[in-house]
Amino acid sequence: MKRYDLIIVGAGSAGITAAIYASRQKLNFLIITMDIGGQTTLSGDIENYTGYQFITGPELVGKFKEHLDKFGIELKENERVTHVEKKRNYVEVTSEKGIYQSKTFIIASGRTPRNLNVEGEEKFKNRGLTYCATCDGPLFAEKEVAVIGGGNSGLDATLQLVRIAKKIHLIEIEPQLKADSIMVEKAKESEKVTLHTSTRVERISGDTFVKEIEISKEGKREKLNVEGVFVEIGSIPNSGFVEGIVKNKFGEIVVDCTCRTNLDGILAAGDVTNVYAKQIIVACGEGAKAAIAASDYLNR
Amino acid sequence: MTDKKVKVYSTSTCPYCTTLKAFLEQNNIPFENIDVGEDKVGLEEMMKKSGQMGVPVVDIDGKIIVGFDKEKISKELGIGR
Repeated sequence: MKRYDLIIVGAGSAGITAAIYASRQKLNFLIITMDIGGQTTLSGDIENYTGYQFITGPELVGKFKEHLDKFGIELKENERVTHVEKKRNYVEVTSEKGIYQSKTFIIASGRTPRNLNVEGEEKFKNRGLTYCATCDGPLFAEKEVAVIGGGNSGLDATLQLVRIAKKIHLIEIEPQLKADSIMVEKAKESEKVTLHTSTRVERISGDTFVKEIEISKEGKREKLNVEGVFVEIGSIPNSGFVEGIVKNKFGEIVVDCTCRTNLDGILAAGDVTNVYAKQIIVACGEGAKAAIAASDYLNR
Repeated sequence: MTDKKVKVYSTSTCPYCTTLKAFLEQNNIPFENIDVGEDKVGLEEMMKKSGQMGVPVVDIDGKIIVGFDKEKISKELGIGR
């Protein structure tokens, strides 16, 4: 079997940057990924990526992709890695479509939106329930909807929906909204937004599509007639496929300042790790570091 | 080139819709775009055909593909053969 110098899993900002560095180091490597762009694709407006005063997520991903394409990289898209195991002097990577070997490995698999874990969630996924307000918001023109989660992403969704929907129920499990106050003020100014704090979602129901949700507040149950449910309660790291890797209590892969994990030759970069600040520009920097660390490891 | 009839159901804000349309354009596949954020009848049609509300949806001569599934779409259109 062919043994690569490096395999990178994930092609978000961390994975793409790692690939650019690996190309310039002339490593013989492969990227395996579900998609190109990862969470950056889903970002709305970006105003804190150096060099761009304003750029949208998809536009920035377009730039990343253009840069990546320059190198003619071996890339397997739409392929999920299911198991990774450190052998004595190589890494074995199993995906849904094949088995690969490499001397080093970079985990840049990012994060996935967190599920609500309530009755009806699975059934109504993409049938009124969505995790991407940017994508699906326009489908709910003049409809009554609920946004679950009072953090920045929940408020971002709410403010997008103010321009589209008829009425928005903003539901937060804690007594206070955690989002930046500038966003909270904006949401409160809109007559379309009804705030439900200390409120839990109990159930999502309907026929083919969502018709209502049941909520509870201080033991009292209530039904809301909504056709859309936007789940914005944070994300979880995609870190479950590497055998024997050390993670913190949030499931994030623990790395040192050179992106090394507890497993020799296995590095990790970006939002899947315990790195401080989950930002596009930070993930890019981490990707660069991981590729340099992989190269160092190979030269040892 | 394909002589199959291709319809894309999309919204103006959905990144995967943009990627999908760019992919079709790159491969010289003509298609009809329906912005389901604007076109209510189009939205109903998409929901009926695909049984769900996620965008994008592609209709290739009656074959419905949900999401930007590059492999399935390429196979259906004979791209990269």
